[in-house]
Amino acid sequence: MSTPRKQRLVVDEVGDVTLVNFVDKKILDEQNIQMIGDDLFRLVDELGRKKVLLNFSNVEFMSSAALGKLIRLHQRLHSLGGKLILCGISKAILEIFEITKLDKMLTIVKEENTALNSF
Amino acid sequence: MNENPIAAELTIPSDLSEARRVQDEIEEALTAGRYTDRDIFSIKLAIEEALVNAIKHGNQMDPDKRVFVSYSVSSERFDIKIVDEGSGFNPADVPDPTAPENLERPCGRGLLLIRNFMNDVSYHGKGNIVTMFKVRAVATE
Repeated sequence: MSTPRKQRLVVDEVGDVTLVNFVDKKILDEQNIQMIGDDLFRLVDELGRKKVLLNFSNVEFMSSAALGKLIRLHQRLHSLGGKLILCGISKAILEIFEITKLDKMLTIVKEENTALNSF
Repeated sequence: MNENPIAAELTIPSDLSEARRVQDEIEEALTAGRYTDRDIFSIKLAIEEALVNAIKHGNQMDPDKRVFVSYSVSSERFDIKIVDEGSGFNPADVPDPTAPENLERPCGRGLLLIRNFMNDVSYHGKGNIVTMFKVRAVATE
């Protein structure tokens, strides 16, 4: 019997927007990003979600491994006519997006409510 | 704060969970040394990137290859040296991930982040030895 899959995402539907919160605070490092990435892509590829909002309010740490997943998710949604928005990003993590210039490519909004109205 | 510097040397296999153990140990030492949250975040990020590079790119995830880590935490600065058993590389060969033609690539940002979050980073030998340091910021209350 397989072991239960650990829940890494909390997924809610707000209208036609899929709102995703992360369960673990110290996540999005190399070790667990693969599994988180799989869960995110499942939302798009298997469940057909087109409007995805990732809320980073619970995220305290992120490394470059996560950036690759976010870029691919953004590209995937874009190719399907969908959209990815990120919100609730801390100042420290926002700096990672700014240094890598990904804040110019990805849509980053401060507040969740504003983000929900940005699709 | 405790004025005695903390220093340690560890050897780990090419295993990401072992890298996490090193990060946790260093974070504890930085917290004990009353480094600011900002410094701890910066150092953790740089260590994560450097250790992943050593394990994934240097040692090619070979479980028989090891990563050697030595670090020190003082009231002035944090220093770390990471050595992998790979064939090395030339950092100058890594393309600029912020160049427009590279922006959508899913990888290649680790070195950039290390350079920006630490005061200095240097590569030695074949490129399989990296040293970096972060000067401790004084917390403002």
